Amino acid sequence: MKKELEKLKEEFDFDLMNSNLQKDIENARVKYLGKKGALTGILKQMGTLSADERPVIGKISNEIRNYISKSIEEKTAKLKFAETQNRLQSEKIDVTLPGKRIRLGHKHPMSIILDEVKDIFIGMGFNVVEGPEVESDYYNFEALNLSKNHPARDTQDTFYIDENTLLRTQTSSVQIRTMEKQKPPIRIISPGRVYRSDEVDATHSPIFNQIEGLVVDKGISFSDLKWTLETFIKKLYGNNTALRFRPHHFPYTEPSAEMDVECFSCHGKGCALCKGEGFIEILGCGMIHPKVLENCGIDSEEYSGFAFGVGLERMAMRRYKIDDLRLFYENDFRFLKQF
Amino acid sequence: MYLSKKWLNDFVKVDDVGTKVLCDKLTLSGSKVESFKSEGGKIDKIITGKVISIEKHPNADKLLVCNIDVGKNEPLQIVTGAHNLKVNDIVPVAVDGSTLYDGTKIKKGKLRGVVSNGMLCSLSELGLSKHDFPEAVENGIFVIQTPCKLGQDVKDVIGFNDTVIDFEITPNRPDCLSVIGLARETSATLGRPLNLHTPKVKCDAKFPLDLKISVEDKKLCPYYSARIVSDVNLKPSSAWMRERLRAMGVRPINNIVDITNYVMLEYGQPLHAFDLTTISENEINVRLAFDGEKIVTLDGVERNLSKNDLIIADSKKPLAIAGIMGGENSSINENTKEIVFESANFFGPYVRVSSKKFNLRSESSTRFEKGLDPNLCSIALDRACELVEELGAGKVTEKVFVVDSVSKKQVKIPLDCEFINRFLNINLSKEEMVEILSKIDCKVVNDEVFVPSYRSDLKLKNDIAEEIARFYGYNKILSTPLKGSMNGGLSKKQKFKEKIKSTMMALGLSEIMTYSFVSPKSYDKLLIAPESNLRDYIEVKNPLGEDTSVMKTVAIGTVLETLSKNFNYKNQNVKLFEVAKEYFKRDGDSLANEPEKLVAGLYGEDVDFFYVKGVAEELLNVLKIRNYDVRSCDNVTYYHPGRCEEISFNGKILGIVGEVNPVVLENYEIKKRAYAFEFCIDDLFELSNFEVEYKQIPRYPSVERDIAVICDKDLPAINLEKVAKQSAGKFLEKVCIFDVYTGNQVPEGKKSIALKLTLRSSDGTLTEEQVQSTVKKVIKAYEKLDIKLR
Repeated sequence: MKKELEKLKEEFDFDLMNSNLQKDIENARVKYLGKKGALTGILKQMGTLSADERPVIGKISNEIRNYISKSIEEKTAKLKFAETQNRLQSEKIDVTLPGKRIRLGHKHPMSIILDEVKDIFIGMGFNVVEGPEVESDYYNFEALNLSKNHPARDTQDTFYIDENTLLRTQTSSVQIRTMEKQKPPIRIISPGRVYRSDEVDATHSPIFNQIEGLVVDKGISFSDLKWTLETFIKKLYGNNTALRFRPHHFPYTEPSAEMDVECFSCHGKGCALCKGEGFIEILGCGMIHPKVLENCGIDSEEYSGFAFGVGLERMAMRRYKIDDLRLFYENDFRFLKQF
Repeated sequence: MYLSKKWLNDFVKVDDVGTKVLCDKLTLSGSKVESFKSEGGKIDKIITGKVISIEKHPNADKLLVCNIDVGKNEPLQIVTGAHNLKVNDIVPVAVDGSTLYDGTKIKKGKLRGVVSNGMLCSLSELGLSKHDFPEAVENGIFVIQTPCKLGQDVKDVIGFNDTVIDFEITPNRPDCLSVIGLARETSATLGRPLNLHTPKVKCDAKFPLDLKISVEDKKLCPYYSARIVSDVNLKPSSAWMRERLRAMGVRPINNIVDITNYVMLEYGQPLHAFDLTTISENEINVRLAFDGEKIVTLDGVERNLSKNDLIIADSKKPLAIAGIMGGENSSINENTKEIVFESANFFGPYVRVSSKKFNLRSESSTRFEKGLDPNLCSIALDRACELVEELGAGKVTEKVFVVDSVSKKQVKIPLDCEFINRFLNINLSKEEMVEILSKIDCKVVNDEVFVPSYRSDLKLKNDIAEEIARFYGYNKILSTPLKGSMNGGLSKKQKFKEKIKSTMMALGLSEIMTYSFVSPKSYDKLLIAPESNLRDYIEVKNPLGEDTSVMKTVAIGTVLETLSKNFNYKNQNVKLFEVAKEYFKRDGDSLANEPEKLVAGLYGEDVDFFYVKGVAEELLNVLKIRNYDVRSCDNVTYYHPGRCEEISFNGKILGIVGEVNPVVLENYEIKKRAYAFEFCIDDLFELSNFEVEYKQIPRYPSVERDIAVICDKDLPAINLEKVAKQSAGKFLEKVCIFDVYTGNQVPEGKKSIALKLTLRSSDGTLTEEQVQSTVKKVIKAYEKLDIKLR
């Protein structure tokens, strides 16, 4: 019997060696260890053995059973590993091939800048207010201290709808509407489209976007204006941006100022971009003219405030080094997708 | 406004101040310098030389070979084509390595085999014209008449070496449209004395004749003065005057015209000269014109006057439009012997309206319309007369004819130091403020600021604060953070719009911005009916052109235009959206209703109707708008009538999705299918609801059943969904159509639709009976509508 068992082991080794599929191994398991398998068959004859032989053969057959089980387990694991390896090998791809693009849309560059501007001012406690584009002469001019035939009206060539209606030339009209409705303290910015009858070229457009701001409260001084606008520009262009204020004239503010930033190209030395000045004008501002406050029913003795206006196109052009304003309204996808 | 630095130096010493430094200082005190330049352009190394010999060129008939003495040991041999030279003429010589006005470099070379060591220059090569040097010949070498040494820089010799500063003068400072005005600012800025000159007129001539001057409305002409000059000798003015006019950008004409211009530039007071003999009955009437009166102005154009035009007239006819331009009939000419100088003050708004009406802007009108100081008239007239005598242009007569109704009251503004310190957040003593104000000619007496008459812009204490601020220095004022905190942020509606934009971008659409105005023709392109009220648009009275003449009532037009441009640029897959306003007339006032729309336009390989519909549906999903109705829609002209869907809620139309009508595509020259959708943002905003309440995730499994039915081909598929939802009872969780088929096994006029029903109960796993009965209910409901199970 011992011999039979040894033969069985040899046969198993042979069979297992030739099993290269999971299925073959399973067959071998059934063949040797199954209920009707070879080992069981041999063990059935245990009854015929003598009492002396029984423990010896029992031991051997247990060893063989363990051996077979273990061998099958090992072979299975080995095969599985090989299979996995094979699969990984065969599934190799060229990962340098292009990805399947999932394309998001692009935000218009002016919206990107406007969002930044809004964020900065919202952080300083400002609200964002909108208003009509078809506007009355009163809100666009008269209430802002620009009576009919005021020579400063010439600096804002206006599209008219009728004698008293126009396409707003500035979003200051929104400021008037706000001051009429809302009691101070007021902190708003009013972004939006404005219109001036300029022929289209690389730096002019009959439609452009402005952001105007307004602060009214008790005790607002020129130094509040300076801080607010310096903070704005430094957040937008970086803390190292050199700035200066210089006197200017707007009928709706007094004192009035323009703010310049140091030329990005020559850093103040003077070049073609800044026309030799070293600085580039960036926004207009000033302390609200007392008449404007009074026009809106705000007591100019009790309250004071400041206002400012800045062009969105110019900010976007500067940020992205865009040299032709027409690109903003042409919406060529090759342009849009860059932002 | 151009300013000659040399001329400025007459009044304030600036010749020792670098131009850049001067410009920076003036800019920071409020006189904004736009740019500055040296006269003479790029001229370099052009020197004076004397012609010592002229010979014929051996190889060319038209050329001459000259020897020129330029003050060096050896004369220069130069070949020229000009024939106006004589030996001993002094000429400008562009030597080897020199540069002409326009930047052309001159090098020595050979002309037809003869060495030429440079070039002799004409006026135009120096950037000049005969107006600057009337004695020069038109075509030929400029022969210099000014005494000079040989080899001197030609710019210095002919006075072409000034520095010209260009200022941006704001409309509130007409006083700065003059050399003296800017000299005052310079003096205050640099803290240097202002040396003004008092004109002295000898006036040795008497004249037998008196002018009769009348002013109809003193408000429109508070001051009128006139003086006769006899024995006029019309000729070019002196070189120094021509040089200064040229530097200031004014072309020299003759001595009388030059004097009026010179005085205008110096004082800011426009003057006019009439030919006395053309004035009927020696009458000068300042009055409003009659309707129907006409005048031919100096530019040769006939102008129809009306009763709002202020004019100067004699007893019979208009002579000039006051403050704007003189008439041809009274202008001076070579035969003029006596002239009348007018120095007057006209009311700005009238000048402005008339000059706008006639589209006639002159140096004079741009000054008058801003409001000039009437006290200028007298001194400016004296200055003109002084110059007449100095230039020998005629004899100034004794009498000055004046109609003066100028108020002699000086403007006073309280000096409120406490207010100024608080308002500017500075800390100046009263004495310091008084000192600043004294620099700009404002005297302070008993806490009152006396404003000089030329500063009509100073009226309120804020104005005084600005004067203090600009000479104190804007940049010296502190920056202090805003006090008090306020809640800033976007409104709900603004956030909603941001949500729409970000959703559109996440769905692959890019944002565009287009014009608000369109061409009325775009309505034809969009096939909008002539009688449609969409054509009741708001028109711009003075548009740049037809293309931008009406405010759009249909936002999609400019989006299609953008698609068209992109198509033309051969951009392949283009998916765009815009949040744009439409502008509608409204009752009650002349303003507009300006509803905002979301408009999208798409074309590309992966884009079809259902793609676009999918984008629109996902937007509504993100905005939490549910339970909307859809139906096909064939009445929006710019959409394909068979491929257009209307989305509504409770009968109110929210939006349209569709393929663009092929005819419209053709009109916009888009040669592939394109798709669009549009939503009214206000309506979306009203319906959206971002209040979310969590629903438990189902604990029991769902069961799916697919059924296929046969129905009429024209039956909208959505009806099957609706019927299923209405009839199935509580276990139906979802129904979706996953296949539509027409063909072989389906009868003519019918289609087969496959639906997937998803059933679930929240109370337990569904039993087979529950599933069966639900499906049966749906099938039964279908059968009632003659929709049969396949």
